[in-house]
Amino acid sequence: MQSSAFMSRKEIIGFAILAALIFLVLPAVLDNFRLNLFGKYLTYAFVAVGLALCWGAGGILSLGQGVFFGLGGYCMAMFLKLEASTPENTAIQSTPGIPDFMDWNQLTELPWWWEPFYSLPLALLAVVAVPVMFAFVIGVAMFTRRVGGVYFAIITQAFAAIMTILIIGQQGYTGGVNGITDLRTLMGWDIRTDEAKTILYFVNGALLFAVLLIAQYVRKSKLGRLLIAMRDQEDRVRFSGYNVANFKIFIFCLGAAFAGIGGAMFTLQVGFMSPTLVGIVPSIEMVIFCAVGGRLSILGAVYGALLVNWAKTSLSESFPELWLLGLGGLFIAVVMFFPNGLAGVWSEKIEPRLLALFSKKKPDTSAPDGAPAE
Amino acid sequence: MSNENSDNKVNGVSRRAVLAGGTALTASLFMPKNLRAQDFATADINTTGLAVTDDTVTIGILHSVTGTMAISETGSVQAEKLAIEQINAQGGILGRKIEYIQEDGASDWPTFAEKARKLLVNDKVASVMGCWTSASRKAVLPVFEQHNGFLYYPTFYEGLEQSPNVIYTGQEATQQIIAGLDWVNQTKGAKSFYLLGSDYIWPRTSNKIARKHIENFMEDCKVVGEEYYPLGHTQFNSVINKIRLRKPDVIYAIVVGGSNVAFYKQLKAAGIDPTEEGPIVLTISVTEDEIRGIGGENIEGSYACMKYFQSLENENNIAFVKAFKEMWGEDIVIGDVTQAAYLGPWLWKAAVEKAGSFDVDKVREASPGIELTTAPEGYVKVHENHHLWSKTRVGRAQADGQYEVVFETAELVEPDPFPEGYQ
Repeated sequence: MQSSAFMSRKEIIGFAILAALIFLVLPAVLDNFRLNLFGKYLTYAFVAVGLALCWGAGGILSLGQGVFFGLGGYCMAMFLKLEASTPENTAIQSTPGIPDFMDWNQLTELPWWWEPFYSLPLALLAVVAVPVMFAFVIGVAMFTRRVGGVYFAIITQAFAAIMTILIIGQQGYTGGVNGITDLRTLMGWDIRTDEAKTILYFVNGALLFAVLLIAQYVRKSKLGRLLIAMRDQEDRVRFSGYNVANFKIFIFCLGAAFAGIGGAMFTLQVGFMSPTLVGIVPSIEMVIFCAVGGRLSILGAVYGALLVNWAKTSLSESFPELWLLGLGGLFIAVVMFFPNGLAGVWSEKIEPRLLALFSKKKPDTSAPDGAPAE
Repeated sequence: MSNENSDNKVNGVSRRAVLAGGTALTASLFMPKNLRAQDFATADINTTGLAVTDDTVTIGILHSVTGTMAISETGSVQAEKLAIEQINAQGGILGRKIEYIQEDGASDWPTFAEKARKLLVNDKVASVMGCWTSASRKAVLPVFEQHNGFLYYPTFYEGLEQSPNVIYTGQEATQQIIAGLDWVNQTKGAKSFYLLGSDYIWPRTSNKIARKHIENFMEDCKVVGEEYYPLGHTQFNSVINKIRLRKPDVIYAIVVGGSNVAFYKQLKAAGIDPTEEGPIVLTISVTEDEIRGIGGENIEGSYACMKYFQSLENENNIAFVKAFKEMWGEDIVIGDVTQAAYLGPWLWKAAVEKAGSFDVDKVREASPGIELTTAPEGYVKVHENHHLWSKTRVGRAQADGQYEVVFETAELVEPDPFPEGYQ
């Protein structure tokens, strides 16, 4: 196995299959509405890929990825909301020109920290920078004090709860429970039309591949191998002279950046952002996407996000009152029978057989490669 | 909807027809002559490609049947299904049976938006009965406006909205608040008010209107406190202590959901018994549905300001309660929103028949001025601003979980979603 190369042949094939699925198959077989739905699912894949790095490779289980997803999404939503809140559109308000929910909460001028979001470049920068800064603060506070494992997971979960309460409580500044709604245009381009949604889908797909390539690069680099070493034997890495905390902070920030991008794409494609996407439940759901896909595999994470969300949609359409049970059953079944998720099924069951079928020689059982078995 | 007598008769028959399985024969006997399907060519009454066939029309039902809101929204789903069955038993709309596609919003606002888009784009439903919380309505609103859907929204809410694609069958804030405050001032001599609520847009906007009304329009009256608590909050002891200190005449409570249970129990435990009226407890957020959770004995004596109570004694309501219980079980209760949800399909039917078309643009044009003499709450009428003219009523909670109606406005109250002088 050429582990030093950027991608092995099998991984190239895996990337190619996913690319074909996202850019060719789905757009060809799905109508506009379903394609937009898959676009939404793919925004969760950004988070799942980040989790595959943090959790699968680095052993850092974060139950608060929704916070970063939400921060990215809110940054995008703030820009779009300001663009939608022109004095003409909001003439009916007591104070025209500010977002409608501020007016309802008796604010009479825009808070200073909203001002930068009039600028698209600054907003786009914030989509990545705000989640990263937040992750950096949490990371420094936790990892330099050697907080890890379950304790770290619980603390991140607490952050998700705190963030939800903060957003709901400060409704004059954040839109509260309703979130930031009624977003219309991006630099004058109507994001609500079918055409725009299709374009956004492809932009989303391209960004996801950029993120996947970064993740692949990290995994194959020395950093990636150090992460795995830290996951399995943290003390040995520390005794070898590495500053474990710095690596953890970096990978946690990278995961947050991915999640932020996903959140911004979510806002663009769905048309609003609300605290229901920030809290504990969505954060745990994101971990489920990653677990179902196979936490060791970045491609598996994408499939996990797609499969779980697709199941969620189609089960709830067919059985509006029972679908949660079906979804729960699916999750239990995957965890019980396929502890390495879909990627595990692929690399342990399907791939060896395919190889046997095509190469007509004995399958190479020593190195199943869908998951990084270093 | 011609005149009251014949409508009641049709209603009576329809209930039996529902029980008998609603055979087409029974229904067709009572179907007004001018509304047979063959009189309306599908191509004429549906020019925009909605889900209308020669004998059916499909609508959507979009509520949460799972998640935290399911407990509140289930009543609305039941009411809408009842109305649809009754309409079908009468022969449907323009001779077409209503079929519905039910989607679950799952108490999750993005899901609401997703399902709304599915109903409008994929299923091409002619209208949608749905949503409950303001957040879910805000989430679907752009979808309805973009795809020109038509939504009947049942919940009493904060106002400040008037979409061409929504008919608001619940009351907006002023309809629920002003008459109740005047009543408590005039009949009980209340002068000082303590406002409190859950912390989100509806209680805040409602209390804003209440405060403006108390301070600007009610002589010598004042607000002695105003406080908000997060959704799901269960510790009200500190506010109850403040209430005892400031001794308001009225506790004006807009606490929602599970917090209600804690609030009324703690109020009682602290020795503030609503039946003694010192202070008076007045709420706009507790319907019969919520009392089931709170317990009648805990809230007994409090007043609620609504437009509908299950105990209303008029012919329409007696028939409605009976049909509802026959369909959904004897021990069910019917709250304000459930009744408002029941109006949705009927208002849509009346608008479609007036327009002679299912096209959303024509139904919208036909909607203002639509009257419903068979509404359980009495007579209602659709205003130009897409809200309903309806009466405001005050009820007093009883130990058995029902309200005794103690006051109702003489006239219908005009809906005013953007009230001047209250902003």
